[in-house]
Amino acid sequence: MRNSVVTQTTLELMAVTESPSPRQYEILPKLDASGELAGDLLEVAMGPHHPSTHGVFRMDVVLDGETVVKLKPVFGYLHRNHEKIAENTSYLASMPYTDRLDYFCSLTNNWAYALAVEKLAGLVVPERAEYIRVITAELTRLQNHTCLVGFLLMDMGALGTPLMYAFREREKILDLFESLTGARMMCNYMRFGGCRVDLPPGWREGAQKIADEYPRFLDEFENLLTGNEILLSRTQEVGVLPRALAINASVTGPVLRASGVDYDLRKVDKYGIYDRFEFRVPLGDHGDVYDRYMIRILEMRESLKILQQALKGIPDGPIIDPKTKLRGFRPKPGEAYGRIEGPKGELGFYLISDGSPNPYRYRVRPPSLINLTVLEDMCLGHSIADVVVILGSIDIVLGEVDR
Amino acid sequence: MLGTGILKGMVETARNFVGSYTDEARLTTVEYPEERIPLKEATRQFPFLVFDGDDAQKGMRCVACQICEKECPPQCIFIVKSKDKRTDYKGQLQFYPATFDIDISVCMSCQICVEVCPFESIKMDTEFELSNTDRFGALLLNKHQLAKSNEHYREIHPTDAAESDAVIAAEKAKAEAKAKADIEAKAKAAAEAKAKAELPAATVPVPPASGQV
Ligand code: SF4
Ligand code: SF4
Repeated sequence: MRNSVVTQTTLELMAVTESPSPRQYEILPKLDASGELAGDLLEVAMGPHHPSTHGVFRMDVVLDGETVVKLKPVFGYLHRNHEKIAENTSYLASMPYTDRLDYFCSLTNNWAYALAVEKLAGLVVPERAEYIRVITAELTRLQNHTCLVGFLLMDMGALGTPLMYAFREREKILDLFESLTGARMMCNYMRFGGCRVDLPPGWREGAQKIADEYPRFLDEFENLLTGNEILLSRTQEVGVLPRALAINASVTGPVLRASGVDYDLRKVDKYGIYDRFEFRVPLGDHGDVYDRYMIRILEMRESLKILQQALKGIPDGPIIDPKTKLRGFRPKPGEAYGRIEGPKGELGFYLISDGSPNPYRYRVRPPSLINLTVLEDMCLGHSIADVVVILGSIDIVLGEVDR
Repeated sequence: MLGTGILKGMVETARNFVGSYTDEARLTTVEYPEERIPLKEATRQFPFLVFDGDDAQKGMRCVACQICEKECPPQCIFIVKSKDKRTDYKGQLQFYPATFDIDISVCMSCQICVEVCPFESIKMDTEFELSNTDRFGALLLNKHQLAKSNEHYREIHPTDAAESDAVIAAEKAKAEAKAKADIEAKAKAAAEAKAKAELPAATVPVPPASGQV
């Protein structure tokens, strides 16, 4: 019983993947006879404690002067055994752990996991819960992209100012999350077959206010730096990710779309109720850092459109499938893969049930980790200062990379 | 023209700087701890045990069923069931926790224990200023430290507390009705048994004398 969906778009993508040469930019380091680095190459360990690595992440970089000739990402410093722990606890008990994968986007993580379990157990999500899920997920996307853009600009040397503006706006969204779920970041909100609590009074108006006011903030934010000449020269033609390589390496999310591949699970899978909303999928065509930056800004604008529609259309009704059980939840034996378009890319949960209260197998497909695998290809030939910017433009969270 | 982008950005920074003096929306920080943002009603920090009445230990609703201990994701609850039983708010004989510890240095404030508890006895507190110089002992809360009154719960989560009170009232009513029905049923059964006890004496046939076979 496989639940994965092979759609037309997936097939089209597969056709493109035949193009050769995944590593076009490789410049081999000069090695002498004994395998040591020759000449004046310098090997530097960037990280794990380096402010630009967004967490505990190390890059072993080989430099020729300032130019990167080899880069090896080293991760695992934050490994917490998430998958094995989940195989030893009940299905419900893994829900709060999913918050801690990508701690910026706990609500979308919840959704992906809930989706997998719902497929496994055959639960039906009520209409109102679907709308709440879309609203919270799009708010999550908004705040994730806002932060990312702030961090990216900080990596480029715009110290503080854009990040503070971004955090000021993000706080407003976190306030909404807190009044709905009780926590600002570790929301633990979705349940199998629906959501935990209904919207509190005044929440919808609060969300509407954000949806109405955010475009103004985005305009200001773009005024601040989008046309800035320094930013343009730091980002354009830097860290190019070719289309074919992006597809071959299974890159997903905004990074893939910045390379010009039209692949958004909200359009491809139409999970939840995304087929009811009108929005476009922004695409880049150079695949450089600038495109990845712009894609985020454009995606936020599309998210706002979805928010406006969802807030208008939200119906009354129950928020959870009455068939769902909190205690003693045992789905029938089988397997399921639930995936959603998280703010960072395709986030998937693969579950196998043997009919016991614990999953037999629990596997996360983390978008950050898989997007990180192309880091070397994007960095080769650029200067060490650009590595920081390129890494920032992928948008990784180490909690998810290492799990 | 080269430089216009930078100038545009500068204008934006100036707008925010000046705006932070005049516009509430541009200056969102407060000076904690003198000034505090009111907590949201749904806010949750760490769990506490609800009790009714005046005596925290006697009125504790927890019946030591250990469901929360089993379901807690990081396994930070430790319960020892009592040997004896006592009557709970429904008037039924129940166990009570002889030991109930929560290690809040491990607790991840997930609220799963609150959701799975069938007796409305564990709820989330909103206390967040818990910093301490003792890393181990001070963060391991025992049942005396965990006990907080229902009034406290009503104060911090009014809506949830009203719901929880309603559930308890309904259960109490049900239990009372059941007890009443039980008493009636018992009386009826007793009456029937009495009637039966009287009946056999009259109707049981006298066994034939053994000599007749
Ligand atoms: S809030 Fe979560 S982690 Fe803390 S005691 Fe309850 S179930 Fe355990
Ligand atoms: S708090 Fe609730 S779930 Fe936990 S032992 Fe007490 S009654 Fe049972």
